[in-house]
Amino acid sequence: MKANKRDVLTGAHFIDGDHAAGEGAIAAGCKFVAGYPITPSTEIVERIAARFPLVGGMFIQMEDEIASSIAIQGAVWAGKKSMTVTSGPGFSLMMEHIGFAAITETPCVFINVQRGGPSTGLPTLPAQADMMQARWGSHGDYETIAIVPNSPQECFDLTIRAFNLAEEYRVPVLVMMDECVGHMTEKVVIPEADKIEIVERKFTKKSPGEYRLYDTNGTMFPEMVKAGDGYRIHLTGLTHDEKGYPAMSPKVQQKMLRRLVDKILTNEEKLRHIEEDQIDDADIVVVSYGITSRVVLPAIKKARKEGLKVGHVRLVTVWPFPEPYIRELAKKVDAFVVPELNLGQIVHEVERCAAGNAETKLVPHAGGAVHAPEDIYDAIKGVVVHA
Amino acid sequence: MLDQNAVETEIPEKENPVESLLRMDRMPHIWCPGCGIGTTVNCFARALEQSKLDLDSVSIVSGIGCTGRVAGYLNLDSFHTTHGRAIPFATGLKLANPNLKVVVYSGDGDLFAIGGNHFIHAARRNVDMTVICVNNLIYGMTGGQVAPTTPVTAKGTTYPYGSYDPPFNLPYLADSSGAVYVARWTTYHVRHATKAIKEALARRGFSFVEIISPCPTLYSRRNRLGDGLDQMNFYKENSVIKNGADTKDVGMDFQGKITVGKFVDRERKTYRQLMNEHLTNVFGEQYTPYEG
Amino acid sequence: MKKVQGTVVIKADRCKGCAFCVDFCPTDALQLSDQYNAKGYRLPELFEPEKCTGCDLCGLYCPDFAIHGFIIKKVA
Repeated sequence: MKANKRDVLTGAHFIDGDHAAGEGAIAAGCKFVAGYPITPSTEIVERIAARFPLVGGMFIQMEDEIASSIAIQGAVWAGKKSMTVTSGPGFSLMMEHIGFAAITETPCVFINVQRGGPSTGLPTLPAQADMMQARWGSHGDYETIAIVPNSPQECFDLTIRAFNLAEEYRVPVLVMMDECVGHMTEKVVIPEADKIEIVERKFTKKSPGEYRLYDTNGTMFPEMVKAGDGYRIHLTGLTHDEKGYPAMSPKVQQKMLRRLVDKILTNEEKLRHIEEDQIDDADIVVVSYGITSRVVLPAIKKARKEGLKVGHVRLVTVWPFPEPYIRELAKKVDAFVVPELNLGQIVHEVERCAAGNAETKLVPHAGGAVHAPEDIYDAIKGVVVHA
Repeated sequence: MLDQNAVETEIPEKENPVESLLRMDRMPHIWCPGCGIGTTVNCFARALEQSKLDLDSVSIVSGIGCTGRVAGYLNLDSFHTTHGRAIPFATGLKLANPNLKVVVYSGDGDLFAIGGNHFIHAARRNVDMTVICVNNLIYGMTGGQVAPTTPVTAKGTTYPYGSYDPPFNLPYLADSSGAVYVARWTTYHVRHATKAIKEALARRGFSFVEIISPCPTLYSRRNRLGDGLDQMNFYKENSVIKNGADTKDVGMDFQGKITVGKFVDRERKTYRQLMNEHLTNVFGEQYTPYEG
Repeated sequence: MKKVQGTVVIKADRCKGCAFCVDFCPTDALQLSDQYNAKGYRLPELFEPEKCTGCDLCGLYCPDFAIHGFIIKKVA
């Protein structure tokens, strides 16, 4: 399925990441956005609010982020593609509804333009400190998909991808931007509508009599319906059986939860989205994501110039974490250097997967700015390379 | 006795009208003996039947709590959401598909404590939905804690010596927030409540029906008010019907008189009407209305 | 002269013995019986069947969907 021509602002634009993400959502066929103002994400909903009257979308500024994050799910069950947008404090308020989307398998998109925290923290300055919250923020076990753009162009591209993945995997997809990417202005090329691949919702063809809300038909993914079509569904945030009815038993919990988790984890390789650079001969690999993946480039270049065999792995999909990939890589290299705009989050995943086969070194930064490339260079230099 | 000479018409047995609206595979329900929630469901079922709405177009949205379970028992598109968030879910559902008839059915704690902010904003915006609040003056599901509706001096587990936390007057709150229809009845007033729900369903905009209902297990027992039937008889003896009463005068005291009736019935443009009118003025032919 | 004859259907397994139906029956046709269901709840019975008008107020009150009334005969 291709994007609708009316929704796509084809051409070369000079816009920031927030505006690009808004255009990405519109191009992806998003027709319902609920949001609440919060720096540094507000420009995304402002873009949506300005554009929706011209493309037949429904935007509502809700009373808070809690309301926004559940209103979008109401819209999904009315048959629409929906999104909400926020930053740290609002992301914290949305956590319960990420869990609700996960357990009810409601396809929707959450964009978090990360800023320094905790609490009100640094409203106008960047951080990458919500990465573990994206993974574990709501209570209980569940899996989502989190993708991390590093440029305005990617804010456009990956927001479309987020909508597509949400439909395909029946999960909330989190686009983990940061203040730098959100407010950085660069050239963004929006292609022709017929060059944009859109995954449409998979509505069931079964009759109301045959249909069951969580029947996966031998796959891992149930088919969707929408309110008003006569299916008389029951959707609940309680543990539920195949019919969608509450069922409070360890057996039902095990079956439901296992599939919610496995539908993502067993597809990790398919979902894997990484960029490798100079890996083949590398002794040291810098693992980065988001804005930091751009900051590391001069450091790697400088180290290479000095003869150090340094490579780079950029994680675009951070959750599910590319565990088998890092495990294998750890057997070939001496060390991972992990710069993050936090005091250590994804580094724990890298270290766990390295499993002692490679040294893992964090380059922390409390946020408020990006790393100085020298700090990353120094960390590379400090690694002991085994002959 | 029937007149022996008159012509008699035999009428076949009739189903309980609530049954066609229930998910019978989920019965019996979880509500306690003497709880009034099931009674309100009867009223709702009959109101819906009389309203002649296409049941496939009716969605019911609940939050969490005893009344929150209503969604799970009704054979409609039904959404049992998170605690306090039925109204914003319903807002998304209704705005995204304007052809749906959206009903929020939840309890006083869910709608007015954790969900209070959403209630006033949906009323302010006049989102087209009917909110039915079963007000049992207590948190039932969690075991009898005070609610924002618990009358002062009534006991709950979290105010064991009696509450001193001033409660909301729900019709006043709904009225002042902009609801187009506001009524209060008790589970004793089943025919009035049925009519009120029917009227609320017929209104375009944010309509609100409060139904005072017994919680024998957690409210009546702790406050030594007897069982469900005693509470029903209390409503019978102490309710005062005042249609058109000023909502600021209908607050409730512990075991005091209960003012019931239809308090508000007015017209206001809905959120969607306001949006379409305004944006048409701004954009003219360029405006592309949301199609739903 | 009464114009209608009604009756009720009681689904004993659903009853929780609240007695709303008995107390609010407008013609006092119902009373609590000596019968208990499997859960131990005391059931109502149509004690004076000829008094029932099939008004279904019992059905409207019953929180457990265990009783409802309807008209079985009408006099033309």
